Amino acid sequence: MSLWEYANPVKFIRLADRMLPPVAVLALLCLVVGLVWGFFFTPDDYRQGSTVKIIYLHVPSALMAINAWLMMLVASLIWIIRRHHVSALAARAAAPVGATMTVIALATGAIWGQPMWGTWWAWDPRLTSFLILFLFYLGYMALWEAIESDDTAADLTAILCLVGSVFAILSRYAVNFWNQGLHQGASLSMDAEENVADVFWLPLLVCMAGFVLLFLALVLLRTQTEIRARRTRALIARERAA
Amino acid sequence: MMPELGKYAGTVLSAYAVSLVLIVVLVAVSLWRARRVRAALDRVEKRGPRS
Amino acid sequence: MRALLLRDLALAVRAGGGFGLGLSFFLIVTVLVPFAVGPDTGTLAPIAPGVLWIGALLACLLSLDRILALDWEDGSLDLLATAPLPLEGIVTVKALAHWITTGLPLVAAAPALGVLLSLPGPGYLWLFVSLLLGTPALSVIGTFGAALVVGLKRGGLLMSLLVLPLYVPTLIFGAEVARRGAEGLDVQTPLLMLAGISTGSLALLPFAAAAVLRVNLR
Repeated sequence: MSLWEYANPVKFIRLADRMLPPVAVLALLCLVVGLVWGFFFTPDDYRQGSTVKIIYLHVPSALMAINAWLMMLVASLIWIIRRHHVSALAARAAAPVGATMTVIALATGAIWGQPMWGTWWAWDPRLTSFLILFLFYLGYMALWEAIESDDTAADLTAILCLVGSVFAILSRYAVNFWNQGLHQGASLSMDAEENVADVFWLPLLVCMAGFVLLFLALVLLRTQTEIRARRTRALIARERAA
Repeated sequence: MMPELGKYAGTVLSAYAVSLVLIVVLVAVSLWRARRVRAALDRVEKRGPRS
Repeated sequence: MRALLLRDLALAVRAGGGFGLGLSFFLIVTVLVPFAVGPDTGTLAPIAPGVLWIGALLACLLSLDRILALDWEDGSLDLLATAPLPLEGIVTVKALAHWITTGLPLVAAAPALGVLLSLPGPGYLWLFVSLLLGTPALSVIGTFGAALVVGLKRGGLLMSLLVLPLYVPTLIFGAEVARRGAEGLDVQTPLLMLAGISTGSLALLPFAAAAVLRVNLR
């Protein structure tokens, strides 16, 4: 019994059917607990006031925006190397979720920035690279939509994902070089001296777990949908041919 | 029940509203499409290879 | 390879649009900018390097679909793919032909257009150098984009969406070289980064573009 067993679409659908309810319930639980905890039961920050509560949405969504692309990158590599269709479809399924997470991160950041920095938008490296990441998501999804042949689309988008990853990283360093930022540095790294205090950290952790689980549930569901959609297309094509 | 949000109430609430709406829409679209595709597949499979 | 290059160049010249179209587009964009922001030298001079870079980039983008689309339609791409030449080589030659017909004229014209935007004195040299270094990257990245959408009916708009994000690092460093040059600052770091991006994409992207073409020709 190895992991690759689940590259079989039927097995994957069965696995997804079994895993979806607990993952979805857990995701909902984590999100509700984390957000309610964060929203109602945490103190205000002495500098940021109550706007600090936005962190419970902003940080997890930003985290998932990047990790969704990473997951797509891994799935694309698996598709290119081992030709497992489920993997290609999982990459396709993850893209809209990642794009939505990027929008949430950008929107909450803008809303937070308005009172804190006095502006909705600044051409800060982090903000700019997220915007570029969003453009990459758009291009990736558009390419999937545009190509009719499933295997061709999977191949092309996989290569686009690889090339895009390289250029996304390049852009990250380029914008870093191009403008100095307003954005605070990573406040959650393990070794930093001035991490956020535990009162904020614990609910944030729950929220991050919630977003990860939500992402997992959505990707499972959407991959299942893609498999079924492709099977429908194949059956219809076979009927026509017969 | 509402916590005291002070002068930033609008900011915080709108951030939560925007995010929750986006998440709910994403989940709803995924579920709706899953249901539709599943129904379509069932229809095609029921017609069977003999039709 | 040389025969292919000569053929592509001859086709581009004979079709007329090759040299002229991108160049006139560049000219028009540059002329339109003062209409939009006003003729004041104080306004134009600081944005001149950036505007010229954007203009060159868009002119490049505009001519990308000619790289492969024509050969795709009349089937010569299939013939080229079965030729003894590796597909990577074909893609590189195609990108080179695109650079010679589009990139090089843009590079040559940019200083002249700099006059129209009252580019400050030391900027001319660095604008020229940055475009000379940066446009090959634009051509190679563009060839990759053109290869991605070659089989599609209306690939033009999609290609812009795919290619423009890939252009971001080149644009940032290229325009930064030109801007710093115009202001008389040190240009070494962005210049080296720009050269790195150009050589890097020149070395790696033909493989990606060839892989994409193989998929599309399946």
